[in-house]
Amino acid sequence: MGRGRFVDDIVLPGMYAAAFVRSPLAHARIKSIDASAALARPGVHAVLTYQDLPATLRERRMPLFVPHPTLTPRMQYALVKEEACYVGEAVAVVVADDRYIAEDALPLVEIEYESLPAVSDCKLGASPASPRAHLDLESNVVSRMISSVGDIVAAFRDVKHVFREEIFQHRGGAFFMECRGAIASYDAAEGSLLLYVSSQGPHRIKRGLLDLYDLSDTQLRVVTPDVGGGFGPKGSLYAEYPVVAACSMKLGRPVKWIEDRRENFVATHQERDQYWDMEIAVDDEARIRGLRGTLTHDNGAYTPWGIVLPWISVATVPGPYVLPAYHVELRSVLTNKVMATPVRGAGRPEGVVVMERLMDRIAREFNLDAAEVRRRNFIQPSQMPYNVGVIFRDGRPVVYDSGDYPACQDAALKAIGYADFRQRQAEARRQSRYIGIGIGNAVEGTGLGPYEGAAVKVATNGRITVSTGATPQGQSHKTTLAQIAADQFGVSIDAIQVETGDTAKISQGIGTFAARTAVNAGSSVHVASVKVAEKAKAIAAKLLDVRAEDLELRDGYVQLAALPEGAGVASDNARQIRKSLAELAVVAAGMPGFAMQDGAEPGLESIAYFTATQSTYANGTAAAEVEVDIETGRVTILRLVLAHDCGRLINPMVVDGQVMGGVAHAIGNALYERMIYDDQAQPLSTNFGEYLLPLAPDVPRIEIIHLETPSPLNPLGIKGAGESGTIPTIAPIIAAVEDALSPFGVKISEAPITPQRIVELLGDAALGRTR
Amino acid sequence: MTDTRSIVVVVNGKRYERAVDTRQTLADFLRLDLGLTGTHLGCEHGVCGACTVRLDGAAVRSCLMLAVQAHEKTVQTVEGLAGNDELSPLQQAFHDKHALQCGFCTSGILMTMTEFLEENPSPTEAEVRAALSGNICRCTGYQNIVEAVLATAVALRDKRNAAL
Ligand code: FES
Ligand code: FES
Repeated sequence: MGRGRFVDDIVLPGMYAAAFVRSPLAHARIKSIDASAALARPGVHAVLTYQDLPATLRERRMPLFVPHPTLTPRMQYALVKEEACYVGEAVAVVVADDRYIAEDALPLVEIEYESLPAVSDCKLGASPASPRAHLDLESNVVSRMISSVGDIVAAFRDVKHVFREEIFQHRGGAFFMECRGAIASYDAAEGSLLLYVSSQGPHRIKRGLLDLYDLSDTQLRVVTPDVGGGFGPKGSLYAEYPVVAACSMKLGRPVKWIEDRRENFVATHQERDQYWDMEIAVDDEARIRGLRGTLTHDNGAYTPWGIVLPWISVATVPGPYVLPAYHVELRSVLTNKVMATPVRGAGRPEGVVVMERLMDRIAREFNLDAAEVRRRNFIQPSQMPYNVGVIFRDGRPVVYDSGDYPACQDAALKAIGYADFRQRQAEARRQSRYIGIGIGNAVEGTGLGPYEGAAVKVATNGRITVSTGATPQGQSHKTTLAQIAADQFGVSIDAIQVETGDTAKISQGIGTFAARTAVNAGSSVHVASVKVAEKAKAIAAKLLDVRAEDLELRDGYVQLAALPEGAGVASDNARQIRKSLAELAVVAAGMPGFAMQDGAEPGLESIAYFTATQSTYANGTAAAEVEVDIETGRVTILRLVLAHDCGRLINPMVVDGQVMGGVAHAIGNALYERMIYDDQAQPLSTNFGEYLLPLAPDVPRIEIIHLETPSPLNPLGIKGAGESGTIPTIAPIIAAVEDALSPFGVKISEAPITPQRIVELLGDAALGRTR
Repeated sequence: MTDTRSIVVVVNGKRYERAVDTRQTLADFLRLDLGLTGTHLGCEHGVCGACTVRLDGAAVRSCLMLAVQAHEKTVQTVEGLAGNDELSPLQQAFHDKHALQCGFCTSGILMTMTEFLEENPSPTEAEVRAALSGNICRCTGYQNIVEAVLATAVALRDKRNAAL
C-alpha cells in the first residue's frame, strides 16, 4: 500500500527533465524570445519554442475533441506562436539533467511581451464593446446554441405566475492530488514513441498524437500507469504531451515532465463560471408550464471540448420534473483564462442548482413546502421511459430509461427527519441557533457511448486476464471489472488479472469519463467473459464427451454441474470429469489433430465492444441540514443524506466510496472552492492556502441510501455512479443556508457561498430591514 | 551554484551515507536518491500532506525540509510501515475499509495517523478528523479513512488488553 506506480515514480535510463516557461500575462503578444542564457547554463540540453517544434506541430493546432455546428472552434498550438491567451499557456520548454536545473533555467529564457487587454469575466466578454480574447476574433461568443422543447410562448402566455432568477455559479478545478505528468521516450532506430501519461484514457491521447505527428498506429504506444485522481480534466490532450515528445525526439533521450501545483492551478483545465438568467412559468397548482432564459458560459481561451460542458448543464436542468416547455439560449464565451472543460459532474451540478433554486422560489412564492412543490412536478415511474425532448450531446434526445423519483426523494427526506424539521428549527431558533434544510434532486445521464472494449483471455497457464481501455483513477475499476469476470468463471476476484491503460493491450478505447466505465467496460467484460466461458465449455464437452449444457465453470475447472439423475456414476468419479482452464486454453490454441469447433477462432479469448444505444439515467436526492453562525458566516453541515439509484449495484462498497468522494467535492463547490481572477484575468488563488479544498472536519458523515432500478439498456442493468455524489448536492447545501437565514430575509442566488459572502448578505438584509 | 554536503541518515532502519545538494528537499532525496517513491508530492508547499514522513518519530512534511536537515536523524517512510510483507494494522484497516481510492494521498495519511494513534490511542471521531485536517484527500470524502483509523484504535487497544 502506498506503493502505486505513478508516472513520477518511473525512471528510465538516461532520462532528462523538462520544465515549461509559461505566459505570465493573460493576453500578450510575444515580441522576442532569447534562449541563449538558458542554454548556456550547465546541465541544460535544449530550449524549444514554437519555432523549434517539428514541422507538423507548427502546422497543426491541438485537436478539437468534440466539434459542433454552432461552434467556431479555436485551438492552440502546442507552444505559443505569437499571441499568448491565458496565464499559464506554455511558451517554451527547457530540458535539463534534472528538474532543479531546468527550473533554474526558466527565468533565463528572456521573453519580451507586449501586454494586450484581456477578457476576464465572460458576461462582460459577451458584450460587443469588450476587448477580444484573441486579437482576430469578431466576437468572443464562439457558440450560440438554442435548446427548445414545446411551445414556450404559449406556456408563458397562459399562466399568471412567472418568477425570474439570476444565478451565478462557479466551480473551481479538479485538484486531483497527483498533478499531471508525462514521460516521452523516442526510439530513433524504430521510429517509435512510447508515452507514459497520467490520464483518463490513453487511447484518446494516442488518437490525438497520431494526428499531430502523422504517426502510424504501431509507431506509438501510450501507457497510463496508476493515476492519482482524474475527475475529468485528466481526460484532455494537453499541449505539454506532444511537446515532451518533441523533446525526446530531438535529444534521443527519455524526457519527463511533472506538473507542479502552481502550474496545475494555471494550466490544468477547470470548470469555472456560468451566469444563468431564467424565468419560470407556473400554473395555480404550482406546476411548471415553462422555463426559459440564457446561460452565459466562461469557456476559457480555447475550445478543446467544444460546447460539451455548458450543453450538459442545459440538458440537465429539467431533471426529474415534467417540463412541458423549455427554451434556453446558451452562449459560450472565450475568455483569457485556462480552458473550462468537464470536472466531476461535468456541468450537471450547475443545471441542478438552477432548477432546484427555482423550485425553492416557487415554494416560497406559493407558501408551500419545498418537498411538496417537487412532488407535484415529478415525472412518475409510470411515465417511463420518458422523453424529455432536449437533445443531448450524443445527438440523441434525452430519454430517461427508468427510475422512481418520488420514492427517491421520500427515502432521503425520511432519513433526514424532514417531517419534524420545522419543529427542530423553531427550537433551535429559540436558542439563537440558525439551522436550515435543503433538497436537491438530479437525474444524471451515464454510460455515454460510443463504447468501451474489453478483451478477456485465458492463457495457457490458466491465468485469466481482462484488458480494457478504461483507465482507473481510483474508481476501483479493477475490482469491479474483475468481479464481473469472476462471476462468469466461478473464481474469486483475485484470480482475475485486470490490465488497463495501455494502448498495446487493447487496440481501441475511449477512456474514463462521464461515469461510463462500469456501464460500457463492465458490459463488455460481461459479454466477452460469457463468450470465453461458452467456448471453454464447448471444448470441454467435446473432450469429455458430455453435453456442454451440463458443464459449469468453477475454481479454474470446467466440470459437470450436477450429476444427471441415475447416471450411476460415483460422485468421486464425477469430480474427475473435468478439465482445467489451462488444459482447455492449450487445446483452444490449436492442437495438432484436434479440429477446432465449427468455425471457432483459436484461443480461449474474446473481445467485446459494448455499444450503448443511449445513455442510461441514474437519479438521486440529496438532503442537507446545516447550521449557520450569523456572526462569522461559518456553515456547518450537520446532516447529509444521499438517496440514489444507479441501477444494479455491482460492488456497493466501491459505489459508496465514489459517492462519498463526490459529496465532498460538492461541499467544496457549495462552500469553499473558488478560482479568483482579477479584471486582467490574472489568477489570484494559485495554492491550497488561497484555494480551499474541503478537509476532514468540513465533511460530515454521509448517509447513503441505495435504490436499485435496473437499467433496461445493458446486460448488467447498471448505471454509472461516479458522479452521483456531486451532482445533486451543491443545491441542497445552498438551499439549507438560505433556509437557515430565512428570518433575515437572505436570498442566495450563487455558488459557492463563502463565510464572507454570508456576512455580506446578512449585512445587506439587515440594512434592508432597518431602511 | 549548487553546494553538496555529505549526510548520514537512517531510513526505515537502514543507514545511508550520501552526498546531496544542499538545496535538495528531503522528499526528493527519498524519492530520487533512495528510490523510495512511496512518499508523494501533491503540492510542494506544505498544505496537502502527501509527502508526510516521520523524522525521529515526528510526522513532518518532506517537501518543506531539506535533505541535509535529516543528517544524523532517522526517517521512516511508508515503505517502513509494513514489516516482513505484513501490512501494519493501520494499512490493513485502510484496505479493509476501502479508505483509499487513487492512493496518492494514502502514504502521507498513514504516516500522520500512525503518529497520531501512538499519541492518542483512544481518539474520538472529531479528534481523528481534526488530526486529519493537514492531509488532503480528493477521492474518498474522508469517511472511510476516519473509519479505518477508529477501527485501528480499537484493534490496537484490544491487542494491548489481551497482552496484559
Ligand atoms: S507535497 Fe508536501 S505538503 Fe503537499
Ligand atoms: S485516495 Fe485519491 S486523494 Fe486520497
